[in-house]
Amino acid sequence: MAEVVLNNVSKSFGCDIGLANVSMIVPDGSFVVLLGPTGAGKTTTLRIVSGLDKPDSGSVFIGGRDMSDCTPAQRDVAMVFQQYSLYPHLTVRQNLEFPLKSPILKTPQSEIDRKVGEVAEILQISHKLNNKATALSGGEMQRVSIGRSLVRQPSVYLMDEPLSSLDAKLRSDLRIELKSIQANSGATLLYVTHDQIEAMTMATHVGVLDNGKLVQFGSPREIYENPVSIYAASRLGQPRINVLPADIFGGAPDNAKTIGLRPEQITQGDGEDSFVQRVEHLGDQTRLHLLFKNQELITVTNAQSDLKNGDIVKIRPNNPFYFDASGARVA
Amino acid sequence: MAQIKIENVCKDFGTFNAVKSSSFTVEDGEFFMLLGPSGCGKTTTLRMMAGLELPTSGKIYIDGEEVSQKPASQRDIAFVFQMFALYPHMSVGKNISYPLQCQGLPKADVKKKVAEIAEILGITEILKRPVGGLSGGDRQRVALGRAIVRDPKAFLMDEPLGALDAEFREHMSQELRALHDRMGATTVYVTHDQLEAMQMGDKIVVMNHGVVEQFGVPQEIYDWPATKFVASFLGSPSMNFLDFEGMASAGVDKVFLGDVGFEIPKLIEGITGKLCLGVRPEHITLKNDGVYRGRVVASEYLGTTQVVTLDTSNGRVKARIASGVKVNVGDQTGLEFDPRTITIFDNGTGRALASNSNKGVLKHG
Repeated sequence: MAEVVLNNVSKSFGCDIGLANVSMIVPDGSFVVLLGPTGAGKTTTLRIVSGLDKPDSGSVFIGGRDMSDCTPAQRDVAMVFQQYSLYPHLTVRQNLEFPLKSPILKTPQSEIDRKVGEVAEILQISHKLNNKATALSGGEMQRVSIGRSLVRQPSVYLMDEPLSSLDAKLRSDLRIELKSIQANSGATLLYVTHDQIEAMTMATHVGVLDNGKLVQFGSPREIYENPVSIYAASRLGQPRINVLPADIFGGAPDNAKTIGLRPEQITQGDGEDSFVQRVEHLGDQTRLHLLFKNQELITVTNAQSDLKNGDIVKIRPNNPFYFDASGARVA
Repeated sequence: MAQIKIENVCKDFGTFNAVKSSSFTVEDGEFFMLLGPSGCGKTTTLRMMAGLELPTSGKIYIDGEEVSQKPASQRDIAFVFQMFALYPHMSVGKNISYPLQCQGLPKADVKKKVAEIAEILGITEILKRPVGGLSGGDRQRVALGRAIVRDPKAFLMDEPLGALDAEFREHMSQELRALHDRMGATTVYVTHDQLEAMQMGDKIVVMNHGVVEQFGVPQEIYDWPATKFVASFLGSPSMNFLDFEGMASAGVDKVFLGDVGFEIPKLIEGITGKLCLGVRPEHITLKNDGVYRGRVVASEYLGTTQVVTLDTSNGRVKARIASGVKVNVGDQTGLEFDPRTITIFDNGTGRALASNSNKGVLKHG
């Protein structure tokens, strides 16, 4: 296992900026999740670490070695793509064995069998080991493709939205499995997603990317509880953080343009009147769409709430965030 | 605007029964969700309402008139597909006005109507633009505009937001719901996303393998699922199932898992044999001195809350608790369930046993 270092990495595609001067340390044994909307530079970062793309400037180190002149194969990384890529003419077992059968590795057959069995079990595909790879559902193919990276022990695992094509139940099972595989084996994992639940639950560190720039890097809790900007604050949290004019409740710092309120930063039952516009019962919680001084905001209340449209709820801020005109956090 | 009634509708494709004797009613002005996994028959049901498929047996009524075997063109409904089908060579305005021109409406009226619809959807600015260069959201708005412009009796939508990315999807689903609240048109909406269904729907039908598993108000279905399938399909993480063998008879308000007793809502029917206790993650609290024990396997931080996974003698259980509570992997702890929220299932059939709490909402198709 190894540490991965990106040093001032830039990459553009024609006039489009892919990455702008990104420096980042992925510590040995960490689970780093890159988060951001489409086009933020998440996949580009992965491809540059893997060696599939070359940076225009800057360098990548894996385990202390400069990778600039190394091919993807020489970098000893295992990559899982969003779109599964399997050998269609081989069975599931043969697909999983393939990385171990490499002549360089000389893995004994008993060891191969043990490893394949173990990985198949974790990914819930043991019963399909003898199927042709093409005789599987999309979700099963994706699991085989994840499995093929897990049978090896590379310096670093690179995964690009590996769970996005799976159904909700399986996604939540595999989140826990991936996290425990990583924690138990001490593997270094760099993972791309736009699913904030995956980022929150699996990451030891989250890197927030905005238009090719790394704008915040820290634990999920740090980013949720101490975001550097509106943009970073909006990446995590459901419902999303409310951003309102700073002086709407009074008491804002001078340089603040907006106030940011997550649901738990809104105290209900005290303060000024807001009007319930819509109530969404989501089962485990109820979402309230409120109108406060002509501004819409969303907060949550308990599942059994009998509030309805037109009701009045008193609200006041509780340890809110403040942001300046550029969106940067000021308090 | 209209009521849509489905009565014992079946649809076979060759030997495959896509929809098995389904019945439910969509009331006038409702936002109605057809929810289920892929292959459950929800899209087939929607297509039968539209007249794009005809039922093998059973009856469909729109506003009291039987339309079961009538083609789509005679039903006066509008269909919005997952892949927005727009005319690529026409402008936004032309795309929206096309259905009206086909009806032979005078030009002035068409113009007025299109302007009105564009205003509602917030696309007045782009009426003259070709549809080619539009964003996904604008394309979907145009597709909606074309459906709305005819003032049909009902809107039928097949995963209209399925192709959009998560962030934008949330925005569009709110916009769609707000639009519905303004227009009050009967809308039937197909989705496999339980959160979308809970969030947008006045009522939900949950389907699985061509069968209506339950039908009702979202929160009631969530709280009191009629089957294990419904219990696991709604909610994330889904309801915990603790399998046990024993006796649950009518009139009791306690069941035993091994030697630990759990209070439950008083049962009004009973069985003996393979049973299952269902409890939602948010109704579990961790108490150090609790009698029922578990070992912490994982804890997932989610901001306001955390989801703790525990191994118990009845299998794996997930609890949703406040994120401030410190939990360490490997810890032994006690679990307590909120007795008012528990559902007991017959593990043989997967059906919920009727109790004082759920008796009003166990409507099967």
